[in-house]
Amino acid sequence: MNTDKYITGSCTISNGVVCKNEQMVFENPGANLPDFLLSVYQGFKFSYPKFYKMDNLSKLGWLNAEVLLNDTFVKGKYKPEETGLILANTNSSLDNDLKYYNTISDIPSPSVFVYTLPNIVIGEICIRNNFKGEHAFFIQDKFDAEFIYSQVNYLLERDILQACICGWVDVLGEDYKAALFLIEKNNAGAHVAFSPDNMNRIFNTIN
Amino acid sequence: MSGASEKAIPDVYVVADNIISPLGKTSADNFSALKAGETAVKQHSNAAIANQPIFASLFDKDEDFYQDPNKKYTRFERLLIASVDGALQDGGITIGNEETVLILSSTKGNIGLLETEDKTPELNDRISLSTSAKLIAAHFGFKNQPVIISNACISGVLAIITGMRLLRTGQYENAVIVGADVISKFIVSGFQSFQALSKEVCKPFDQSRDGLNLGEGAGTVILSTRKEYDQNIKVLGGSVSNDANHISGPSRTGEELAFAINNALKDAGKQAADIGFISAHGTATVFNDEMEANAITIAGLQNVPLNSLKGNYGHTLGAAGLIESIISIQSLKQGVVLPTYGYQANGVTNAVNVCSSNTEVNADNFIKTASGFGGCNAAVIFGR
Repeated sequence: MNTDKYITGSCTISNGVVCKNEQMVFENPGANLPDFLLSVYQGFKFSYPKFYKMDNLSKLGWLNAEVLLNDTFVKGKYKPEETGLILANTNSSLDNDLKYYNTISDIPSPSVFVYTLPNIVIGEICIRNNFKGEHAFFIQDKFDAEFIYSQVNYLLERDILQACICGWVDVLGEDYKAALFLIEKNNAGAHVAFSPDNMNRIFNTIN
Repeated sequence: MSGASEKAIPDVYVVADNIISPLGKTSADNFSALKAGETAVKQHSNAAIANQPIFASLFDKDEDFYQDPNKKYTRFERLLIASVDGALQDGGITIGNEETVLILSSTKGNIGLLETEDKTPELNDRISLSTSAKLIAAHFGFKNQPVIISNACISGVLAIITGMRLLRTGQYENAVIVGADVISKFIVSGFQSFQALSKEVCKPFDQSRDGLNLGEGAGTVILSTRKEYDQNIKVLGGSVSNDANHISGPSRTGEELAFAINNALKDAGKQAADIGFISAHGTATVFNDEMEANAITIAGLQNVPLNSLKGNYGHTLGAAGLIESIISIQSLKQGVVLPTYGYQANGVTNAVNVCSSNTEVNADNFIKTASGFGGCNAAVIFGR
């Protein structure tokens, strides 16, 4: 009973370049990560004050989701609980953990501490889009498309979700990489079949 | 629907379990201690983790968990090893095969190393949960790539749900699910910065509750779809939801946790009336318990006997969902719901049926709930 499922959109952010559906839509090479993230935010003329308080992991994931969903995702097409997220990375929240650690000896900051969990980026994307469905954050040695595929497939196949954003969001210092995929059951256009191979192919364009 | 031709979804059985906490090193010892009304939460004065004395459930400083002559493993990893070892001694699955997967749940793992080690790129790798998972997998001889879950305070419940799903699809036959967290200054200072810590032993759902206690511990559950375990307790269903409201505060309504509870019931093929008792998250913060009581009421479970074990163990973070599920499995077997240590008088708007003493129940199923930062909620149902 395998329902057809499609990658109805993808977005990658790496090396100063933002690609949507494998086409470059923004570049700012050479900037350091905080400046780069801000330039993406400004370049797309996003307006979301909460962006400024986020840590780099949440900023990267939030920006990637915005570009992914912009002009692709039909708001209101699904109920809030029908859209979910399955994300993974290798460095968890260590980038922000190191920053929080440096505040401990002085005055520990609750606004920094809250980002010492990798799933906060999921929370930020859910708040932005009113997504209330299934979600999970996995730590992986390297991008494991097979595993992510199996998790998303389970949720869509059993109608637990109708749409799922899945993929990779990782930051440590100046090293960063994000690749998110929107997976839906409807083939309203020339879309890519949802498969580990297709996720790997797109992910590997940013290696 | 072509139900008859579809491959049946296999039942998922609980084969074995273990809890390592300051109250004991087996599930049975832990259950006995709780039944006797013990708590591991007490005042600690330890400058290494807090500038002022705090109430927490902590292991003795010289507790080793596992003899490690080559100093290969961190304290967090020794705790994981001891718990997995305890569960393996309890049950008879073999792990060095393609059919068995290791699932690791933790919120902060080795983060305490930041406080004792030089800051180097090698330390970043040493802190990584991937490193811990690889070491544990190698120690026991797991063949498959371990699955690692770090999803705030629902990590343990989500690990059980993930294990159930990996077994249901036939991807694996057995899952060894272990969760642990150890308490460091990093964690204590963060919860202090939120003013989330109680100044005494915490009081879940009580009118004078004023925050949570942190706790150290590990829990392991071994699941299997093998028919030889078909007389065992089953994991019947589970669900996860997000509040989409606030990253550090719970839902205003509890509707999203209620949604997870209802979906877990649906997944389990059960109704609210089938639930014999609830193992709540019950952190004893003002907002969590209020939200949780709302959710339980929305789900039609407000009269079902409920407990929180946070007054016994504190909040053991990535281990909590496992430890509290294991204790509740014992409750199901023995027909006794344990009391909510510290609870005296209802302190939530929608009163729930909080057990304040050992309560005999004739239950076939229970539900375990959890919620955490990032707006996450999870519910899992165990039963006969």
